[in-house]
Amino acid sequence: MGFHYELRFAGVGGQGSLTAGTILAHAAVFHTNYYATQVPTYTSQVRGGAAKADIIISDTPIIFAESTNVDFFLATHQKAYDAYKGDLKSSADVLVDSGLVTVPAEDKNLYKIYEYPLVKVAKYEIGNVVTMNILAVGICVGLTHVLDVNAVRETVKEEVPQRFLDMNMKAFDMGLEIGEKFKKEG
Amino acid sequence: MGRIAFLNANAAVAEAALVAGLGFYAGYPITPSSEVPERLSKIMPEKGLPFMMMEDEIASINACVGATASGVKAMTCTSGPGYSLKQEALGMACMLEVPLVVVNVMRGGPSTGLPTRPSQQDVMQARWGTHGDHPIIALSPCNAQEAVFETIRAFNLAEKYRQPVVLLTDGSLSHLHTKIYIPDPEEVEVVDRAQPDVDPDNYYPYEYNYEVPPLAKWWADDGKSYRYHLSSLIHDKTGFPTVNPKYTQWLLERMHKKISNHLDEILKYEYYKMDDAETCIIAYGSTAEAARVAIDQAREEGIKVGMFRPLTLWPSPEEQIRDIASKVKNVIVAEMNLGQYLLEVERVVGGKAAVYGVNQAAGVLIRPSQIYDKIKNPSKRVEIGLTEEELKRFGGGE
Repeated sequence: MGFHYELRFAGVGGQGSLTAGTILAHAAVFHTNYYATQVPTYTSQVRGGAAKADIIISDTPIIFAESTNVDFFLATHQKAYDAYKGDLKSSADVLVDSGLVTVPAEDKNLYKIYEYPLVKVAKYEIGNVVTMNILAVGICVGLTHVLDVNAVRETVKEEVPQRFLDMNMKAFDMGLEIGEKFKKEG
Repeated sequence: MGRIAFLNANAAVAEAALVAGLGFYAGYPITPSSEVPERLSKIMPEKGLPFMMMEDEIASINACVGATASGVKAMTCTSGPGYSLKQEALGMACMLEVPLVVVNVMRGGPSTGLPTRPSQQDVMQARWGTHGDHPIIALSPCNAQEAVFETIRAFNLAEKYRQPVVLLTDGSLSHLHTKIYIPDPEEVEVVDRAQPDVDPDNYYPYEYNYEVPPLAKWWADDGKSYRYHLSSLIHDKTGFPTVNPKYTQWLLERMHKKISNHLDEILKYEYYKMDDAETCIIAYGSTAEAARVAIDQAREEGIKVGMFRPLTLWPSPEEQIRDIASKVKNVIVAEMNLGQYLLEVERVVGGKAAVYGVNQAAGVLIRPSQIYDKIKNPSKRVEIGLTEEELKRFGGGE
């Protein structure tokens, strides 16, 4: 098998997990010439219900888009972490919001856990909590380099509401730096 | 040139319908089909095409029957509960012999069942949902890309044979976003209904010397309108009711022959690794993709297994299934229901091969591993393909 990478972005409705997933998938399909699938899962609640997006990126067509070996997992809510950690591969990269998710001690031996106050930073340093998902996308790309940084940056520009563009680009670049730092520290 | 897009099958169906020349949409939103009208409600008004959000399901299809009878290509879209509510008018569309595309994004049933969860439980309803001895065409694409081409084909068959065509997808295809190609109309075959070569005074909507009588548009190029009568009662060539047994038998037999005489064109199917196969999986729609993965895995171990995948479910590919049954030992029908197409396959196979089912109506996709297990051990019942841990996520049952 050639290139095959699975991501899972999980949170609760309203946090932007699905949008984050769409951005990664669009970056793969429109800016990288990869194949990608995205499968969103959500409840009938618009806000507050568990929501996740499973993204598979591959250099060959994806026949059965089931995520069973997740390489990167983002969880921005305890409910989402507990519900969706099941399909992670061993030593998967796991990014959680340190203010909202408490990672059980035994999981720290199974996965590479990166804890970061996503909501707090988005709200107080970037200036709007809605940029949290883009901050997370930045960290994901900086840490994993699953896709070319510029391909993702271009996609963020296309996908976010134009009135929040500057703020989101700031969030993305900040996320990249944090991700690169995580990577160096290992 | 067409364009690359990243869409789910619902959006793909909407885009493809426009490529095929959709001129009128009426519908009532229902999960998990709502992205079809959502997308069309944005695009159609921009193109000056009528999009109608109707008060209910049967009004939607009635509006479509009226629209297509006047000469435009019409489509409506729904899911199981709504498909039930449309049956009366679907029968009328069969009886009037009007081209029409009805999309059913299958969810778990019966009744309101599982609104957001996939199933393939409407396969028999697609064949026999509406009463009476009507013919039907039902197509079942296995992914969003194929949904594009099967939607276009649905319109073409509807136009060519003056026949309602049911497009069956499911709740998983409606959520799965993939990279697809949407062609331009110039790149694909787009069929428009045949027009009469007689002037309006000599035109009959059910002319006797045709297999598929031309259905005149209500407007003619020279400005002279075709006006005629269509009745859901048994009718003769004029379209007016009759109880004459000769014309009654003639009408029903012609309605069936216009389909059964053209199976070469209407049937579409795929053989996957069937050359030397001793076991044949028969699967359709999203289940076929799971079967493909299972077959690849079994083949790596030297197990001689392949797949026959009907894209046209109705009329069923009887000759092809019979031929397979004469060559293989086992036939395994995998579907997200408790054994519907299995019945059809059993009927056609007629005891020439052993027929087994992988039947799951649990609101979750059949996994490749379940089909793989069945290939290894055909007589063993396949359990729900979820671990205890996974089942916990769904809650309930305490």
